[in-house]
Amino acid sequence: MSLEPVAYVRTAPEPEEPPPLLSRGGLAWIRANLFSSIGSSLVTIGCVALAAYLLPHLAAWATTRAIWSATDGAVCRQHQDGACWAFVVAKWDYLRFGSYPVAERWRVDVVEAIGAALVVWLLWMNAPRRSWGALLFFVVYPIVALILLRGSSLVGLPIVDTLLWGGIFVSLLTAVVGIVFSLPLGVLLALGRRSPLPVVRMASVVFIEFVRGVPFITILFMANNLLPLFLPEAWAPDRLLRPLAGIAIFSAAYMAEEVRGGLQSLDRGQYEAAMALGLNYPRMTALVILPQALTLVIPGIVNNFIGLFMDTTLVSVVGVTDFLEAMNNAIKDPVWAGPTILTTGYVFAGIFYFAFCYGMARYSAHVERTLAKGRR
Amino acid sequence: MDPASARRWSWLNDQRARGLIYQALLLGLIGALAWGAIDNALINMRARGIPTGFGFWNDVAGFDINLHLISYSNLSTYGRAFWVGLLNTLLIAAICIPLATLLGFMIGVARLSPNWLLSRFASIYTSIMRNTPLLLLLLFWYNAVLKSLPGPRQSISVGGVVFLNNRGLYLPMPIARDPAVWFLGAVLAAVALAAGFRAWARRRQDRTGAQAPTAFVAAALILGLPALVTAAVGPPFAFDIARLSGFNLKGGLQIIPEMAALIFGLVTFTAAFIAEIVRAGVLAVPVGQVEAAGALGLHRGLSMKLVVIPQAMRLITPPLTSQYLNVIKNSSLAVFIGYPDLVQIFTGTVLNQTQAAVQVMAITMAVYLAISLSVALALNAFNARYALKGR
Repeated sequence: MSLEPVAYVRTAPEPEEPPPLLSRGGLAWIRANLFSSIGSSLVTIGCVALAAYLLPHLAAWATTRAIWSATDGAVCRQHQDGACWAFVVAKWDYLRFGSYPVAERWRVDVVEAIGAALVVWLLWMNAPRRSWGALLFFVVYPIVALILLRGSSLVGLPIVDTLLWGGIFVSLLTAVVGIVFSLPLGVLLALGRRSPLPVVRMASVVFIEFVRGVPFITILFMANNLLPLFLPEAWAPDRLLRPLAGIAIFSAAYMAEEVRGGLQSLDRGQYEAAMALGLNYPRMTALVILPQALTLVIPGIVNNFIGLFMDTTLVSVVGVTDFLEAMNNAIKDPVWAGPTILTTGYVFAGIFYFAFCYGMARYSAHVERTLAKGRR
Repeated sequence: MDPASARRWSWLNDQRARGLIYQALLLGLIGALAWGAIDNALINMRARGIPTGFGFWNDVAGFDINLHLISYSNLSTYGRAFWVGLLNTLLIAAICIPLATLLGFMIGVARLSPNWLLSRFASIYTSIMRNTPLLLLLLFWYNAVLKSLPGPRQSISVGGVVFLNNRGLYLPMPIARDPAVWFLGAVLAAVALAAGFRAWARRRQDRTGAQAPTAFVAAALILGLPALVTAAVGPPFAFDIARLSGFNLKGGLQIIPEMAALIFGLVTFTAAFIAEIVRAGVLAVPVGQVEAAGALGLHRGLSMKLVVIPQAMRLITPPLTSQYLNVIKNSSLAVFIGYPDLVQIFTGTVLNQTQAAVQVMAITMAVYLAISLSVALALNAFNARYALKGR
């Protein structure tokens, strides 16, 4: 008896069916993330409707309906449904430098360029010789910047009174001064707060909690009104120097808490190993503890800097012309007066601050992820 | 002890002695600085004829304040002006903190939503707010929005009850009528009954496991009882609605534009920070907790309510409290748009008029410090109560 070949048994496998349309790819993603339930679908439709209503409107206001070039406010007064970027273009130099003399503005450009290069050196985690960068930024750069910006008869640069300083450059200056002075001060305060000596600890705690407990504006008022009283008549500080001192004090307290976080997250073993090697306190701190703790808190320091940069807008309350105050002044110019100028000016200021701060925030998030990788 | 090491030993090498020396040096430095500052201040103040005492407190202020919760006129004293400013600061905090919490929790939940678009929208909102200076927001609301509104005659009206124009926001002002007492009694009775029902339902559930619809019963009581009373004795409140008379709106509850701008700005700004705190707190609850709740048979809502939220709250509360403190501190930006808060009245006008800078700054900072420290103490008590036990 021979076996008949069974006709219905397959010799080759059936080709694979494509997956159901709604289980993979774009459509499935849309179903899972946008239309997973009735409520979710309604929310999606609402969001799309809102975006469809707002976005074309905003985009047209900012681009197609906007006025890009004009010599005065006349054209902008006629076209009230678009931004008046021509105003920002015309005022750009004032917004950047304030009333700094035109012939001397190259000095500001040089200081900003050096500062930018040093900041990149410091923040680029793989850059060579970052400790030299730190030395240059925290010690050499402030002196060079002071000489260049203020001028000095020694190097033959005419002196520019701080009353004339203004605009974006003053905003950056105040923030950078805040960082340059507050970081060393903050490190000292943080170490003081963790010191075993009760007087040192108490002094640090009182200073930090006092500064963090009051609004920044009162610190500014204090620096502006009380500093001249507390110092001898002959040392009366400059009009711009007073708020800068206030910023350094304010920011040092917040920096101290940031650094303390870094110190606390270090393993006890690091301290014990340093002591076992016979290092005394200054050497242990400088060679073992701070290099690790400060690397850990780089994201925190950058976030602090973002907050500081936004807080510098408050210095206008004591008569310093920062970027926002320069914008306020520019808006009041009768040549450009018109219904769209106010919104244009504030929107531009908002975009400027947002671009700056958001960029820094992305950087700090990136560093945080990089550091977390190494510690996993 | 051999003589060589005895010779090398010196009290300078003793750690405790060194500690004492360092501390004495620091104390001396602080003392010298303080003494120098006070000395200079006294010399400078005498030279400029600035008062050194607190005598100005009872002098007539002579300026007007356009928003005061206690009676005040330009014949009142500087001390009275201080209390007006402090109350205005606390008023802003009392309005902004609940609103910012509500908005912040809503945005935080939206940020966690499984709906991708909604979570994107919430994330865009928080990024914009967290990366824009609060002062810019306030100036925008005040100058670009509220000050650009039409005048009183062209007010934007919502149902003829709420009006918005460049003089501010006009809400209906509730005025109590005679039945208000009955109404209030009905509300209190309803709350008491609802609480009693809840306690009974909980005891019964502990005993038998049977659940009762507590939320429905409470809602029915709290809405129903006052409604019944209103039907029986008439409405408890009359509403005074603003109406146009001459060139201005009269009556109603007027919220001045400075206050409206401060509230809008502070609430939208703080809400973004609260949203981030809420998101981080909820995400920090271990996934295992949610899975365990699911394994116990709790559905999503109950697992949120009974498992996730209680654990997230422990993480949310400390940063949330510091945001509340930030609201109080940030309300000092009122000085830029002319809302009469403590800083604007006291360190602004009073300081300029009396020149008593040291005293005025000391009082103002003491007030903010007292608020910050008392909140910090309350927070420590909370943490001690709710910290994880037994670890």
